[in-house]
Amino acid sequence: MTRLKIERATAPLWVRPLIPVIAAVITFTLTATLVILAKANPLEAYYHFLIAPLSSRVSAIEVLVKSTPLLLVGAAVTFAFSAGYWNIGAEGQLYAGAVAAAWLGTILGNLPALIAVPVMLLGGFVAGMLWALTPALLKIKLAVDEVVTTLLLNTVILFVVSYLLNGPWRDPVSGWPQSPEIASSAMLPRLLPQARLHLGFVIGLLVIVALWFILSRTSLGLKMRATGLGMEAARFAGVNVNRTILTAALISGGIAGMAGVSEVAGIHFHLIDAISPGYGYTGIIIAMLGGLNPFGVGLAALFIGLLSTGGQTVSRALGVPAYLGDVVQAALLLVTLGAFILQNYRLRWVANEPRSSSPLHAASGNELKPD
Amino acid sequence: MPAIQMLGITKRFDPVLANDHVDFSLEPGEIHALLGENGAGKTTLMRILYGLYHADEGEILVDGQLAHITSPKEAITLGIGMVAQHFTLVPSLSVAENVVLGYTRGLGFDPLAAQQNVAEAAARFGIKTDPAALVRHLSVGERQRIEILKALYRNARVLIMDEPTSVLVPQEVNVLFETLERLRAAGLSVIFISHKLNEVMAVCDRITVLRQGRVVGTVDKTETSQAELACMMVGRETFGVVRHGEHPQGQVRLRLDHLNALDNKGLPALKQVSLEVQAGEILCIAGVSGNGQAELARVLAGTLKPAEGRILVEDQDLTGSDPSRFLAAGVGRIPEERHEGTIGELSVAENMVLERLDDFTRNGLLDRNLIRRHGEQLIAEYQIKAQPTDRMRTLSGGNIQKVVLARALSGKPRFLVASQPTRGLDVGATEYVRSKLLEQRDQGVAVLLISEDLDEVLALADRIAVIYEGRIVGVIPTQEASLEQLGLMMSGACPQGAARGGNS
Repeated sequence: MTRLKIERATAPLWVRPLIPVIAAVITFTLTATLVILAKANPLEAYYHFLIAPLSSRVSAIEVLVKSTPLLLVGAAVTFAFSAGYWNIGAEGQLYAGAVAAAWLGTILGNLPALIAVPVMLLGGFVAGMLWALTPALLKIKLAVDEVVTTLLLNTVILFVVSYLLNGPWRDPVSGWPQSPEIASSAMLPRLLPQARLHLGFVIGLLVIVALWFILSRTSLGLKMRATGLGMEAARFAGVNVNRTILTAALISGGIAGMAGVSEVAGIHFHLIDAISPGYGYTGIIIAMLGGLNPFGVGLAALFIGLLSTGGQTVSRALGVPAYLGDVVQAALLLVTLGAFILQNYRLRWVANEPRSSSPLHAASGNELKPD
Repeated sequence: MPAIQMLGITKRFDPVLANDHVDFSLEPGEIHALLGENGAGKTTLMRILYGLYHADEGEILVDGQLAHITSPKEAITLGIGMVAQHFTLVPSLSVAENVVLGYTRGLGFDPLAAQQNVAEAAARFGIKTDPAALVRHLSVGERQRIEILKALYRNARVLIMDEPTSVLVPQEVNVLFETLERLRAAGLSVIFISHKLNEVMAVCDRITVLRQGRVVGTVDKTETSQAELACMMVGRETFGVVRHGEHPQGQVRLRLDHLNALDNKGLPALKQVSLEVQAGEILCIAGVSGNGQAELARVLAGTLKPAEGRILVEDQDLTGSDPSRFLAAGVGRIPEERHEGTIGELSVAENMVLERLDDFTRNGLLDRNLIRRHGEQLIAEYQIKAQPTDRMRTLSGGNIQKVVLARALSGKPRFLVASQPTRGLDVGATEYVRSKLLEQRDQGVAVLLISEDLDEVLALADRIAVIYEGRIVGVIPTQEASLEQLGLMMSGACPQGAARGGNS
């Protein structure tokens, strides 16, 4: 008699590139029922989901537009997570950057773009850093769990924004809860004619490269990885763990703040309540999908950008509810993450011998070594 | 007829033989101690009895009947209960709910009936408890009694207690002992895992001593002494490394001045420790484990701040400093737990530069060529079986220890503290590490070696300081030390002629 046994083993290298493909096939099988219930042809739907957005210049550029804030928040989250600091507050830090951009954008009107744009980016970076400062200090001084504090601050800044938009910053012309439009010199320049792809995309790519460079080539990066992978051992080896965590947390907040600048100064040109449909949280998914590897994170951001563009395409082309796109997107993320975890295991048949005499069992990972 | 017989039990965790043909028998109505150092195989043996591990060889007899115990559930059915070091209680449930949890029939649950049953059981065994109290409001000692009650409620006749006193304060220890004696009077058997000699002598009838997975012997309490038990625990074997030459009187490199430190439970672990280590000597801290050695190592690594007293390395006062200042002052550290010193997901070369990152950095950028060359050089010099780019976690224990050693020694330390540097290593790696320590001594480094292995102590030390309950009970030159005298000192007796708590 035999039985199935699950054990730890790393998948062969050739499996890794196939994982997204396998995940897509599984997801589409799982969600096909829903598509049929919405009275659409699943194959057609999936074509619109994954292929159609890339088939025209306009929609392909739109994928890049959607990816721009995702590149930045993905990098922001990766930066903090690499040092073992679980920053769940990229959403709030993004809003802090957006607030700074909306404010700076209205007072920098007299400056040329060459000065105004860098000041905008720097301002957003500083604002994101400041919003990230309190949880980071609480973490290193009092060991307060940063997951809780960074998450809660996300709600706080939403109310700050709401106050600003319904109070002092309410648009004097239209009366809408949106801030006055920023000066044109403070806007991020467009990259292509007749498309809203802007400088933020390039900055996103640069930040991804900078992330890679810092993590793998600098002393700070090694300290961050050491702290994230083995805090006690890092402390033992003389790494100033608290300073490293603080640095990582602040830079992470700063990058997230730049994502806010990118949305205000590149897309909307004023601050609105719904400047982010949860980019900060998507950033966590992107960081995990990318396996905290900077280039993996870059690819993951582009992939999520494709999915969110595809979701709109599907509902427009087939008349199915737009929410169906969200469902497929969410299912795909779960399956992909699951696949990344499962690649560390394998199933195999083993003979069902008496356990006490089975050498296989003795060698399995279920038992801990003696202390 | 014995209540439990374990015959020829063998269990291997590659590469370590955790239990090597262990025989163990337990009579009804006795408290039987399993005594041994950390890693001697006590817990492994009991986990086999409780069905958590499965022996590679050997058999278990319960009341003379051959038993195949493959899960705790079967152990419980056979009347075996275990109280682990880490309790398995649900803090937000009541005492009664915790006791009956997993032992109820059907879907219904009557809290009052459960409380009634638990109260009766508690009264029967003389365990004081309030069945309606929530577990989260109870002290550690009270929680432990609930764990015992839980086992008894499942009709246990054999109770395994894994280091039950390690979590208790002294007053609670007395209450535990009273409880155990009451159980013995009721005809139950208790297996008491411990490495504390005085407790074993206080409460147990017989004592089985384990060392490196093997039974050293089983003795009656009335026919033994703490000193004999200490010798049995730490053993005496010959081995290859030879120390040569008497150490010349060197300058003092490390001075500890009335050092006090707390353990992670906030209890005093080091009490008024004063020591001096000279250049060109190995001073060994000998003692039974858990007497403050771990805290001493952490204090000297800079990861535990002393509560009182001073640490002087040469003329620098390092009291309360961070590890980086210890390193800068020329202190090399080999930690007790190898994984405390290395990071499994980083490469070997990266681990090797972590202590001296500034030397491998130019303007904040890592000098990757230098890091790789440094790694290759140390790998060649210390005969480490690895590539510089290998992840640390892929290395064997012996090779990990060589990396730790290489890193500590590549900083050219003037004072070296090594904590249990050969624990868990095979013979070859052990000899290598020992010869490296002697080499450092011969080069004029002051070495403080913390070891629970008396063979190692006698073979390497120039002077031996014995630690007991956080105090240095005496410092003696190795050539004047005898096994009997060390055994006595390690069991807390103050030797004659040895300076108490000080230097010669």
